[in-house]
Amino acid sequence: MELFDLLIKLALVVAVFTIALVIAMYSTYAERKVAAFLQDRLGPNRAGPYGILQPLADGGKMFMKEEIIPSKADTFLFILGPCIAMMTACMTGVVIPWGNTLIIDGKAYIMQVTDINVGILFAFAVVSIGVYGIMIGGWASNNKYSLLGAIRASSQMISYELAMGFSIIALIMTTGSLSLRDIVEQQSGFHWNFLYQPLGCLLFIICAFAETNRAPFDLPECETELVGGYHTEYSSMKLGFYLFAEYINMFISAAIISALFFGGYNFPFLDKIDAPHNVITLIGTAIFFAKIIFFIFFFMWVRWTLPRFRYDQLMHLGWYVLLPISILNVLVTGAVTLFRNGQFHF
Amino acid sequence: MSVIAFYILTVLCIFSALMVVFSKKPVHSVLYTIFCFFNIAGHFLLLNAQFLAIVHIIVYAGAIMVLFLFTIMFLNLNAEVEPHKSNLLKVAAVVCGGLLLLILVSCLKGAENIPVNPMLDTQMGMVKNLGMVLYNEYMLPFEMLSILFLSAMVGAVLLGKKETK
Repeated sequence: MELFDLLIKLALVVAVFTIALVIAMYSTYAERKVAAFLQDRLGPNRAGPYGILQPLADGGKMFMKEEIIPSKADTFLFILGPCIAMMTACMTGVVIPWGNTLIIDGKAYIMQVTDINVGILFAFAVVSIGVYGIMIGGWASNNKYSLLGAIRASSQMISYELAMGFSIIALIMTTGSLSLRDIVEQQSGFHWNFLYQPLGCLLFIICAFAETNRAPFDLPECETELVGGYHTEYSSMKLGFYLFAEYINMFISAAIISALFFGGYNFPFLDKIDAPHNVITLIGTAIFFAKIIFFIFFFMWVRWTLPRFRYDQLMHLGWYVLLPISILNVLVTGAVTLFRNGQFHF
Repeated sequence: MSVIAFYILTVLCIFSALMVVFSKKPVHSVLYTIFCFFNIAGHFLLLNAQFLAIVHIIVYAGAIMVLFLFTIMFLNLNAEVEPHKSNLLKVAAVVCGGLLLLILVSCLKGAENIPVNPMLDTQMGMVKNLGMVLYNEYMLPFEMLSILFLSAMVGAVLLGKKETK
């Protein structure tokens, strides 16, 4: 029986990894289609019907390209950079609850790789070390533009991590748990957290844009100022890894946003449906993925709508606007929580 | 199993700590420091202190070392441009390091005689228990520490501020 449990976990790990890769792959296609839609163009339509095979063609092209490592570069770190970027992008998926329990032979299996009791902090830690991929790659290239991109990425990450951390603290104050599974389970029905933490939700989404280096915060790879940003010197699949890691990060952030603030696998009128437990679980998972795909679309929508920030505007927004608002949010949440528990005496 | 993990982590930890000192390039030193922090986080995990392990990674590897790396990259310190230290400085560094070693050895001299307390709760490292202890027993020192941090921050801002003429 223990072997069976292990096999289930293994299957889950492989499934999460594969789904993350496939969704990231088709995000590259979706991005171009969404861009085309918003700019009244057609987008890729040559490879397969509606250009559906375009990601495969792109991937093949990336593999076939010549691999160039600059002679003045620090070879080991130059290779390590994209590896770290890709690895940290894939790591966060293990703590996200993808669905409720599946009952097989009278035994319940959670649709989550691991439910550690500090899940949300784990995700936060992995995101915070993700910047090393960009920093190491940018520095090891031995190129001024790459270095500038790396420096921009690190200072941007540090600035927005603070506001993000505070928005998570406010959320934890209302939920009382650090486990992502507990947080999702508390939102059953329509008690979604964005109704209780609207400001925290907004702050978290803005910071998620900054942490994934997506427009309007994509200054580390700002092509009008920095050629290609931190990956100027990269070619072939190493460049592919950097670009791909960004799409996986986007998928994971969309999953975390929908799990933390938009109910995860919960949906309204859950108890009205008369169906076996396993079917409801699968419907919940499908709904979770629908939410994730909506947020991925939202990321793309914003990218092709808003212009890029200037660097001083970015820093100003992070330190003078988001940080004070997030601290205020924590204070108000704390006061309200105390008041509701009857521990607040005037 | 956990003993093997302990020895692997310890060897990696000591190796990376030594490499911090022996690497020629400052950036490599910083990266070895980060690797060392990850190993220490692994030690915390072996002690069933998940919260401490994660916070260790967030605070040290994720925040402080990013700033370190940021500064070193910003100043673009390389092995070639690193200035040669004078002999007097080297002697002073050796004396300081030796004194620190002396203190550490004298502190840890009796450590092997301390018996392991079997009554200690194995769930001590969980975030709930840790919070209870921090906010009940050690309330005052904990709050004092946060004030200390605040004053350090205010001081740093004051030093960093440009003087208005």
